[in-house]
Amino acid sequence: MNASVSHIEVMRSQLGRARGLGAGGSGVGHWWAERVSAASLLPLSAWFVVQMFRLSGAEHAQVVKWGSKPVNATMLTALIITTFYHAQMGLQVIVDDYVHGKAHLPTRILVKIGTSLIGLLGVFAVIKLVVAGSSRKS
Amino acid sequence: MQDIRKALYVGSRSDGKLIQRPMSPHLQIYRSRLSMVLSISNRITGVVATGGAALGVFWLGAAAKGPKSFEVARKVTGNPVGQLMLVGWLASVVYHTVGGIRHLIWDSGYRYDKAEINKDGPVAVGVTAGVSTALAAGLLAVACGRKRARAKVGKAS
Repeated sequence: MNASVSHIEVMRSQLGRARGLGAGGSGVGHWWAERVSAASLLPLSAWFVVQMFRLSGAEHAQVVKWGSKPVNATMLTALIITTFYHAQMGLQVIVDDYVHGKAHLPTRILVKIGTSLIGLLGVFAVIKLVVAGSSRKS
Repeated sequence: MQDIRKALYVGSRSDGKLIQRPMSPHLQIYRSRLSMVLSISNRITGVVATGGAALGVFWLGAAAKGPKSFEVARKVTGNPVGQLMLVGWLASVVYHTVGGIRHLIWDSGYRYDKAEINKDGPVAVGVTAGVSTALAAGLLAVACGRKRARAKVGKAS
Protein backbone atom coordinates (compact mmCIF):
# COMPACT_ATOMS: atom_id res chain seq x y z
CA MET A 1 0.00 0.00 0.00
CA ASN A 2 1.31 3.40 -0.97
CA ALA A 3 0.87 5.97 1.78
CA SER A 4 0.79 8.84 -0.68
CA VAL A 5 -2.38 7.58 -2.38
CA SER A 6 -5.02 10.19 -1.69
CA HIS A 7 -8.08 8.85 -3.51
CA ILE A 8 -10.61 6.59 -1.83
CA GLU A 9 -9.97 2.98 -2.82
CA VAL A 10 -12.98 1.43 -1.13
CA MET A 11 -16.60 2.10 -2.03
CA ARG A 12 -17.53 2.85 1.55
CA SER A 13 -17.58 5.98 3.67
CA GLN A 14 -14.54 6.67 5.82
CA LEU A 15 -16.72 6.64 8.96
CA GLY A 16 -18.13 3.26 7.98
CA ARG A 17 -14.58 1.93 7.48
CA ALA A 18 -13.50 3.26 10.86
CA ARG A 19 -16.41 1.57 12.58
CA GLY A 20 -15.77 -1.63 10.70
CA LEU A 21 -19.42 -2.00 9.81
CA GLY A 22 -21.07 -3.18 6.60
CA ALA A 23 -24.44 -2.02 5.34
CA GLY A 24 -26.69 -3.68 7.93
CA GLY A 25 -24.32 -3.73 10.86
CA SER A 26 -24.91 -7.42 11.54
CA GLY A 27 -23.22 -8.82 8.41
CA VAL A 28 -19.76 -9.14 9.96
CA GLY A 29 -21.16 -11.17 12.86
CA HIS A 30 -22.95 -13.53 10.46
CA TRP A 31 -19.82 -13.89 8.34
CA TRP A 32 -17.72 -14.79 11.39
CA ALA A 33 -20.33 -17.19 12.80
CA GLU A 34 -20.41 -19.05 9.48
CA ARG A 35 -16.58 -19.35 9.38
CA VAL A 36 -16.15 -20.31 13.04
CA SER A 37 -18.88 -22.98 12.81
CA ALA A 38 -17.29 -24.25 9.57
CA ALA A 39 -13.87 -24.54 11.23
CA SER A 40 -15.43 -26.32 14.26
CA LEU A 41 -17.12 -28.79 11.93
CA LEU A 42 -13.76 -29.95 10.53
CA PRO A 43 -12.62 -31.92 13.65
CA LEU A 44 -16.21 -32.92 14.52
CA SER A 45 -16.79 -34.35 11.03
CA ALA A 46 -13.42 -36.11 11.10
CA TRP A 47 -14.52 -37.77 14.35
CA PHE A 48 -17.83 -38.79 12.77
CA VAL A 49 -16.10 -40.29 9.72
CA VAL A 50 -14.14 -42.56 12.08
CA GLN A 51 -17.37 -43.46 13.91
CA MET A 52 -19.10 -44.31 10.61
CA PHE A 53 -16.66 -47.20 10.22
CA ARG A 54 -17.80 -48.48 13.62
CA LEU A 55 -21.48 -48.06 12.73
CA SER A 56 -21.49 -49.27 9.14
CA GLY A 57 -23.77 -52.33 9.03
CA ALA A 58 -24.09 -52.35 12.82
CA GLU A 59 -27.08 -53.82 14.65
CA HIS A 60 -29.47 -51.88 16.87
CA ALA A 61 -27.89 -53.01 20.13
CA GLN A 62 -24.45 -51.94 18.90
CA VAL A 63 -25.73 -48.48 17.90
CA VAL A 64 -27.41 -48.00 21.30
CA LYS A 65 -24.27 -49.09 23.11
CA TRP A 66 -22.19 -46.71 20.97
CA GLY A 67 -24.55 -43.75 21.42
CA SER A 68 -24.85 -44.15 25.18
CA LYS A 69 -21.13 -43.69 25.83
CA PRO A 70 -20.60 -40.22 27.33
CA VAL A 71 -17.80 -39.16 24.95
CA ASN A 72 -19.76 -40.31 21.89
CA ALA A 73 -22.94 -38.62 23.11
CA THR A 74 -21.05 -35.38 23.74
CA MET A 75 -19.31 -35.36 20.36
CA LEU A 76 -22.53 -36.34 18.57
CA THR A 77 -24.52 -33.56 20.25
CA ALA A 78 -21.79 -31.02 19.43
CA LEU A 79 -21.74 -32.25 15.83
CA ILE A 80 -25.53 -32.04 15.48
CA ILE A 81 -25.81 -28.55 17.00
CA THR A 82 -22.88 -27.16 14.99
CA THR A 83 -24.10 -28.79 11.76
CA PHE A 84 -27.60 -27.35 11.93
CA TYR A 85 -26.34 -23.98 13.16
CA HIS A 86 -23.99 -23.81 10.18
CA ALA A 87 -26.72 -25.08 7.83
CA GLN A 88 -29.07 -22.38 9.09
CA MET A 89 -26.47 -19.66 8.34
CA GLY A 90 -25.68 -21.07 4.90
CA LEU A 91 -29.32 -21.59 3.87
CA GLN A 92 -30.11 -18.06 5.08
CA VAL A 93 -27.50 -16.65 2.68
CA ILE A 94 -28.94 -18.72 -0.17
CA VAL A 95 -32.49 -17.54 0.63
CA ASP A 96 -31.26 -13.93 0.84
CA ASP A 97 -29.66 -14.31 -2.60
CA TYR A 98 -32.40 -16.09 -4.53
CA VAL A 99 -35.76 -15.50 -2.85
CA HIS A 100 -37.08 -12.00 -3.41
CA GLY A 101 -40.18 -10.01 -2.53
CA LYS A 102 -43.00 -11.25 -0.34
CA ALA A 103 -41.71 -14.82 -0.18
CA HIS A 104 -38.40 -13.78 1.37
CA LEU A 105 -39.39 -13.37 5.03
CA PRO A 106 -41.62 -16.49 5.29
CA THR A 107 -38.92 -18.60 3.60
CA ARG A 108 -36.29 -17.32 5.99
CA ILE A 109 -38.47 -18.07 9.01
CA LEU A 110 -39.26 -21.56 7.64
CA VAL A 111 -35.54 -22.28 7.19
CA LYS A 112 -34.89 -21.19 10.77
CA ILE A 113 -37.74 -23.32 12.18
CA GLY A 114 -36.87 -26.35 10.03
CA THR A 115 -33.15 -26.47 10.86
CA SER A 116 -33.83 -25.78 14.56
CA LEU A 117 -36.46 -28.53 14.86
CA ILE A 118 -34.37 -31.17 13.10
CA GLY A 119 -31.37 -30.21 15.24
CA LEU A 120 -33.49 -30.52 18.39
CA LEU A 121 -34.76 -33.92 17.23
CA GLY A 122 -31.15 -35.03 16.89
CA VAL A 123 -30.28 -33.82 20.38
CA PHE A 124 -33.26 -35.60 21.94
CA ALA A 125 -32.44 -38.78 20.01
CA VAL A 126 -28.98 -38.73 21.62
CA ILE A 127 -30.53 -38.19 25.07
CA LYS A 128 -32.86 -41.13 24.48
CA LEU A 129 -29.93 -43.32 23.39
CA VAL A 130 -28.01 -42.42 26.56
CA VAL A 131 -31.01 -43.28 28.74
CA ALA A 132 -31.70 -46.51 26.84
CA GLY A 133 -28.07 -47.57 27.07
CA SER A 134 -27.76 -46.92 30.80
CA SER A 135 -31.04 -48.67 31.68
CA ARG A 136 -29.93 -51.71 29.69
CA LYS A 137 -26.75 -52.08 31.73
CA SER A 138 -28.46 -52.12 35.15
CA MET B 1 -42.40 -5.24 -16.19
CA GLN B 2 -41.48 -8.25 -14.06
CA ASP B 3 -38.02 -7.22 -12.97
CA ILE B 4 -38.06 -3.88 -11.21
CA ARG B 5 -34.38 -3.34 -12.04
CA LYS B 6 -35.33 -3.02 -15.70
CA ALA B 7 -36.69 0.46 -14.90
CA LEU B 8 -33.11 1.54 -14.35
CA TYR B 9 -32.03 0.21 -17.75
CA VAL B 10 -34.19 2.49 -19.89
CA GLY B 11 -31.98 4.82 -21.90
CA SER B 12 -32.37 7.04 -24.93
CA ARG B 13 -30.59 6.45 -28.20
CA SER B 14 -28.74 9.31 -29.94
CA ASP B 15 -31.85 9.93 -32.08
CA GLY B 16 -33.93 10.34 -28.94
CA LYS B 17 -35.77 7.00 -29.10
CA LEU B 18 -36.22 5.25 -25.74
CA ILE B 19 -34.50 1.86 -25.66
CA GLN B 20 -33.77 -0.88 -23.16
CA ARG B 21 -30.08 -0.77 -22.32
CA PRO B 22 -28.42 -4.16 -21.89
CA MET B 23 -28.02 -5.54 -18.39
CA SER B 24 -24.59 -6.77 -17.37
CA PRO B 25 -23.64 -10.09 -18.95
CA HIS B 26 -24.68 -13.20 -17.08
CA LEU B 27 -24.50 -16.99 -17.26
CA GLN B 28 -25.61 -17.24 -20.89
CA ILE B 29 -22.90 -14.77 -21.96
CA TYR B 30 -19.80 -15.96 -20.16
CA ARG B 31 -17.86 -18.99 -21.31
CA SER B 32 -18.26 -21.80 -18.80
CA ARG B 33 -15.25 -22.12 -16.50
CA LEU B 34 -14.39 -24.73 -13.87
CA SER B 35 -14.24 -22.06 -11.16
CA MET B 36 -17.88 -21.10 -11.90
CA VAL B 37 -19.01 -24.71 -11.60
CA LEU B 38 -17.03 -25.26 -8.39
CA SER B 39 -18.40 -22.06 -6.87
CA ILE B 40 -22.07 -22.95 -7.35
CA SER B 41 -21.30 -26.58 -6.47
CA ASN B 42 -20.24 -25.45 -3.00
CA ARG B 43 -23.74 -24.08 -2.45
CA ILE B 44 -25.53 -27.05 -3.98
CA THR B 45 -23.47 -29.56 -1.98
CA GLY B 46 -24.16 -27.48 1.14
CA VAL B 47 -27.90 -27.91 0.61
CA VAL B 48 -27.52 -31.63 -0.18
CA ALA B 49 -25.32 -32.08 2.90
CA THR B 50 -28.02 -30.43 5.03
CA GLY B 51 -30.68 -32.74 3.60
CA GLY B 52 -28.44 -35.75 4.26
CA ALA B 53 -27.77 -34.56 7.81
CA ALA B 54 -31.54 -34.30 8.35
CA LEU B 55 -31.94 -37.90 7.14
CA GLY B 56 -29.05 -38.86 9.42
CA VAL B 57 -30.94 -37.35 12.37
CA PHE B 58 -33.99 -39.42 11.39
CA TRP B 59 -31.76 -42.50 11.37
CA LEU B 60 -30.56 -41.60 14.87
CA GLY B 61 -34.16 -41.01 15.94
CA ALA B 62 -35.09 -44.46 14.62
CA ALA B 63 -32.25 -46.01 16.65
CA ALA B 64 -33.47 -44.13 19.72
CA LYS B 65 -37.07 -45.20 19.20
CA GLY B 66 -36.32 -48.91 19.25
CA PRO B 67 -35.26 -52.03 17.34
CA LYS B 68 -38.40 -52.06 15.15
CA SER B 69 -37.93 -48.51 13.84
CA PHE B 70 -34.22 -49.17 13.41
CA GLU B 71 -35.01 -52.20 11.23
CA VAL B 72 -37.08 -49.92 8.96
CA ALA B 73 -34.20 -47.44 8.79
CA ARG B 74 -31.82 -50.28 7.95
CA LYS B 75 -34.08 -51.36 5.11
CA VAL B 76 -33.75 -47.85 3.70
CA THR B 77 -29.97 -47.65 4.11
CA GLY B 78 -29.51 -51.18 2.76
CA ASN B 79 -31.66 -50.52 -0.31
CA PRO B 80 -29.81 -49.66 -3.57
CA VAL B 81 -31.63 -46.31 -3.78
CA GLY B 82 -30.75 -45.62 -0.15
CA GLN B 83 -27.13 -46.56 -0.80
CA LEU B 84 -27.02 -44.21 -3.78
CA MET B 85 -28.37 -41.44 -1.56
CA LEU B 86 -25.74 -42.24 1.09
CA VAL B 87 -22.97 -42.03 -1.51
CA GLY B 88 -24.41 -38.74 -2.77
CA TRP B 89 -24.51 -37.37 0.75
CA LEU B 90 -20.95 -38.55 1.41
CA ALA B 91 -19.60 -36.99 -1.80
CA SER B 92 -21.49 -33.75 -1.08
CA VAL B 93 -20.09 -33.50 2.44
CA VAL B 94 -16.57 -34.24 1.15
CA TYR B 95 -16.79 -31.61 -1.60
CA HIS B 96 -18.40 -29.04 0.71
CA THR B 97 -15.55 -29.65 3.17
CA VAL B 98 -12.91 -29.25 0.45
CA GLY B 99 -14.64 -26.13 -0.87
CA GLY B 100 -15.05 -24.82 2.67
CA ILE B 101 -11.33 -25.27 3.40
CA ARG B 102 -10.57 -23.36 0.19
CA HIS B 103 -12.89 -20.58 1.35
CA LEU B 104 -11.13 -20.42 4.72
CA ILE B 105 -7.76 -20.22 2.91
CA TRP B 106 -9.08 -17.42 0.67
CA ASP B 107 -10.48 -15.60 3.70
CA SER B 108 -7.02 -15.72 5.28
CA GLY B 109 -5.67 -13.98 2.20
CA TYR B 110 -3.96 -16.85 0.37
CA ARG B 111 -4.37 -18.60 -3.02
CA TYR B 112 -6.84 -15.97 -4.22
CA ASP B 113 -5.04 -14.93 -7.44
CA LYS B 114 -6.71 -15.91 -10.67
CA ALA B 115 -3.84 -18.22 -11.64
CA GLU B 116 -3.81 -19.89 -8.20
CA ILE B 117 -7.59 -20.41 -8.18
CA ASN B 118 -7.47 -21.98 -11.63
CA LYS B 119 -4.60 -24.24 -10.53
CA ASP B 120 -6.34 -25.36 -7.30
CA GLY B 121 -9.70 -26.11 -8.93
CA PRO B 122 -8.75 -29.45 -10.54
CA VAL B 123 -6.91 -30.42 -7.33
CA ALA B 124 -10.14 -29.88 -5.36
CA VAL B 125 -12.02 -32.08 -7.84
CA GLY B 126 -9.37 -34.80 -7.62
CA VAL B 127 -9.25 -34.76 -3.81
CA THR B 128 -13.06 -34.92 -3.63
CA ALA B 129 -13.25 -37.85 -6.05
CA GLY B 130 -10.42 -39.73 -4.33
CA VAL B 131 -11.57 -39.24 -0.73
CA SER B 132 -15.23 -39.96 -1.58
CA THR B 133 -14.40 -43.17 -3.44
CA ALA B 134 -12.03 -44.37 -0.72
CA LEU B 135 -14.55 -43.67 2.07
CA ALA B 136 -17.49 -45.21 0.19
CA ALA B 137 -15.49 -48.34 -0.68
CA GLY B 138 -14.13 -48.65 2.86
CA LEU B 139 -17.54 -48.25 4.51
CA LEU B 140 -19.14 -50.72 2.11
CA ALA B 141 -16.38 -53.25 2.81
CA VAL B 142 -16.85 -52.88 6.58
CA ALA B 143 -20.63 -53.26 6.27
CA CYS B 144 -20.26 -56.39 4.11
CA GLY B 145 -17.73 -57.81 6.55
CA ARG B 146 -20.13 -57.33 9.48
CA LYS B 147 -22.94 -58.92 7.50
CA ARG B 148 -20.82 -61.96 6.67
CA ALA B 149 -19.64 -62.31 10.28
CA ARG B 150 -23.27 -62.22 11.47
CA ALA B 151 -24.28 -64.88 8.93
CA LYS B 152 -21.47 -67.13 10.20
CA VAL B 153 -22.56 -66.71 13.83
CA GLY B 154 -26.16 -67.35 12.82
CA LYS B 155 -25.18 -70.63 11.11
CA ALA B 156 -23.01 -71.79 14.02
CA SER B 157 -25.65 -71.28 16.67
